[in-house]
Amino acid sequence: MLPSLTSFLGQGMQMVLVLVLAPGIAGLTRIVKARLMRRRGPPLLQPYHDLHKLIRKEAIIAESASWLFRVAPYLIFAFSWVAAALVPTFATGLMFSWTGDVIVIIALLGSARFFQTLAGMDVGTAFGGIGSSREVMIATLAEPAMLLVVLNLALAAGSSRLPAIADHFVAQPLAIRISLALALMSLVIVALAENARIPVDNPATHLELTMVHEAMVLEYSGRHLAMIEAASQLKLVMYISLIVCLFLPFGIATVNDGFLAWIAGFAIFAGKLSLTAILLGVWEVSIAKMRVFRVSEFLSVAFIFAFLAIMLSFLTQEVLR
Amino acid sequence: MNSAYDVSHFLAGLMLVASFALLYQDRILAVLRTFAVQAIILALAVAWEAWVQDRPHLFITAGLAFGLKGFVIPMALHRMIFRLGIHREVEQVVGVGLTMLFGLGLVALSLSLTLKATTGAPSLAREGLAIALAIILLGLLMMITRRNAVTQIIGFMSIENGLILGATGARGMPLVVEISVAFSVLIALFVFAVFVFRIRERFDTVDVAALESVRGDRQ
Repeated sequence: MLPSLTSFLGQGMQMVLVLVLAPGIAGLTRIVKARLMRRRGPPLLQPYHDLHKLIRKEAIIAESASWLFRVAPYLIFAFSWVAAALVPTFATGLMFSWTGDVIVIIALLGSARFFQTLAGMDVGTAFGGIGSSREVMIATLAEPAMLLVVLNLALAAGSSRLPAIADHFVAQPLAIRISLALALMSLVIVALAENARIPVDNPATHLELTMVHEAMVLEYSGRHLAMIEAASQLKLVMYISLIVCLFLPFGIATVNDGFLAWIAGFAIFAGKLSLTAILLGVWEVSIAKMRVFRVSEFLSVAFIFAFLAIMLSFLTQEVLR
Repeated sequence: MNSAYDVSHFLAGLMLVASFALLYQDRILAVLRTFAVQAIILALAVAWEAWVQDRPHLFITAGLAFGLKGFVIPMALHRMIFRLGIHREVEQVVGVGLTMLFGLGLVALSLSLTLKATTGAPSLAREGLAIALAIILLGLLMMITRRNAVTQIIGFMSIENGLILGATGARGMPLVVEISVAFSVLIALFVFAVFVFRIRERFDTVDVAALESVRGDRQ
């Protein structure tokens, strides 16, 4: 087959794959949490049913809403989907990977957040405003840390393109690298904050004063809400596959290896994804949510770790030269 | 040979992280535990150097660090904290984020300083010195930012951790000096303890801010 055709096919499969897997991963985390609290919990397929129900339902829009309110869910979904398409999941060398590196992914997520916060403030309710302002506070603290982590890995691998970084680390011999460990912790903290997971925000909360993400989407219903839910599930999968691709890249196929390698890549990726989802569930039940004013300290830890990682790898480079 | 460097780099980096954890923590017992963890990592680092560089007397240093600073001193401080009744205290640390940013600056300073000053030295020594200087400066920063006398003592002890790390990475101090340093720290602990209890008796608090308003000639 033509190499461009295989990479096109691989890209298409990846985009469908993340879209199909995303609600399942959210469902898996929910089940793990429920079981650890000795509840039965919703079935694994519940998020799919929820999305289906929401799409069929009527979308109610507040009278004061502008066109932005109606457009934002689709934009947010599109940004998140493209970002998820850029992260190599089961194979490297996919078609889109030549068009964007990690910085593009961060920018895409930033744009999605921009529209989300605008839409949160659009209707003019107090909770939307609170949610938006908190979201922006979290983002201003999380984004520098994320950029530093990316910079650190890009310096080590000599490229900021994700497939190149993954290939670089697969080729490396196994060694103890504290700078990578620190970068991993930093990225995990950023991912928890960005996905509105527990120490920063509670995804299952019903108390408006503690909401961040939920407060912004409070006014949405019907298909709009479905788009936003799907986008946030996609974002979670994107972050997990970003962490997996950067720090656990073993078993990833290259796109020209043929379909058997693709299937092996699928299986390994699904395994890694569900393991991470289970770990996330365990983490979420074992820790309490922070006060909003502690969040800045929590995220500054991510920044400190990322910066320390860069300085330590610089030290190694200087000393061993 | 490279794995020798990797492990010592890893342990030294962990000590640096522990120093930042000391700056971050505001619960007094957690600070104490972090300090004990740092001392145990120090013991591991020293033992690794002893094994790699084949200098058996460093094992004694490692043992001293492990026993005295990993267990004896934290336990003594633990008793002291409970006797003072401050074990539930949450310290008001002003601007954790700012302090940690300042700490990052100190680390960058010590790295650039040490790397410039030690060109040509063996890599393990340069590495050890650079991180040791960073830990010492972070310990000083901790002593400056804390207002509780007990956490200031812990800051002082973590400075000494940095000193030992630097000494083992370089040619090394003679054993006599190392042992005497270890025991003088122990003596210092007794002096501190007496001092802290005196402060407490006098002012009903171990917040050193109370000392600022003292005039020696009154009363």
